[in-house]
Amino acid sequence: MPVDSVIENDAPQPAGIVEQLVRDDSDRKRFLKMAGSAGAASFGAFVLAACGSSSSSSSSTAAAPAATTASSSANTNDIGILNYALTLEYLETAFYAKVIEAKLFGGAAGALLKTFGAQEAQHVAALKAAVTSLGGTPVAKPESKFPITTAAATAELAYTVENLGASAYLGQAPLIQSKQVLASALAIHTIEARHAASIGTLVKKSVTPDGGFAKPADMSEVLAAVKPFLA
Amino acid sequence: MSTTTQLQNPELAEVEVHGLTRASFMVRGALAAGAVYGVSSVAPFVSQALAAGGGGDAEILNFALTLEYLESAFYNEKGKTVGLSGQAKTYATDFGSQEAEHVKALTAAIKSLGGTPVAKPTFVFPVSNQSSFLALASTLENTGVGAYNGAAPKISSKEVLAEAGSIVQIEARHAAAINLLINKSPTPNGAFDKPLTEAQVLAAVKPLIKE
Repeated sequence: MPVDSVIENDAPQPAGIVEQLVRDDSDRKRFLKMAGSAGAASFGAFVLAACGSSSSSSSSTAAAPAATTASSSANTNDIGILNYALTLEYLETAFYAKVIEAKLFGGAAGALLKTFGAQEAQHVAALKAAVTSLGGTPVAKPESKFPITTAAATAELAYTVENLGASAYLGQAPLIQSKQVLASALAIHTIEARHAASIGTLVKKSVTPDGGFAKPADMSEVLAAVKPFLA
Repeated sequence: MSTTTQLQNPELAEVEVHGLTRASFMVRGALAAGAVYGVSSVAPFVSQALAAGGGGDAEILNFALTLEYLESAFYNEKGKTVGLSGQAKTYATDFGSQEAEHVKALTAAIKSLGGTPVAKPTFVFPVSNQSSFLALASTLENTGVGAYNGAAPKISSKEVLAEAGSIVQIEARHAAAINLLINKSPTPNGAFDKPLTEAQVLAAVKPLIKE
């Protein structure tokens, strides 16, 4: 599926929207309103615009293809969700790369973080393949920045990042249309949960911070949380 | 159920239970079930679950409920008598109360779907000390993750799926924490958790169900 069919019939989105989102809360709220009314497909448009892989199409408001069958809109929906997940996995992969580069951790903790970083990279590869197999265009890797200072603060940040990832997948699972895509997302969801719990043991925090039932996070919550990490 | 089917999932062989590989554990479980009920029979607790469930999502939730009863009894009953200490004791207490919450939530969900929750089975846990307790805890939690992940795509209701998702994330967190405690990988399946079929789950837990 061409990029233009992902970015269809939503309100026109200004180019460079992510820069504005990062700087301007009112603009972020406006985006979230749009995203709320248009759903995952518009988040797909957001990440595409954010990552600059289709900067020209963001202002072109391409005419929506006539084909709006149930299956194609389900496909568009799932592509949007997968691209959203891909963006998060790119951020996690970049985060672990920076952590490893900083050589803050040795021993078992260092090995664990290295393993988790490699697993996030596998998630990136799998999600890219899934987007492509649905006929979509994988979003580009976003520019990121992480405050890597002390080992303790970095481990805390890892705990935050992984808990966020787990709740982001949980928030999307019921919105996924394809059973196959759902199965893939769930297989990743529980890995994020395992990472979060493992890092919880490193930082001496609860392995189950939400108690007996994990809390989902929707796209707007996740967006707000990752905003500081977008360069 | 055939043992061949189970052995097609070599990743399970990595998990050790009581010094046996998971694969041989599962084969033994299946053989034991076969000896008692006949190789082709579905174990009684599953047929009970299927009959009582009212079909569809309630049926899936009843299968999950049986597993949660199992985990809850393991931590809350066996965990209190086997002589746990330190982090193992803390986990058993915390995780046990969360599994009990899952039992409660699933029971309510099944009723709200018009189904009949299965009765709590009687379990037998072949553990005698902290080390064998934790080894079995690892098996149960990791099996729980695979069971939910395998069943979730079959769920019709978005609400039920959301609930199952919020529970499986907890099972995954338990599994990772227990695995780390016994020096196993917190991600024994690698970067993607493997879904399990009902037959695979049954083979893993059957030896623990008395009736």
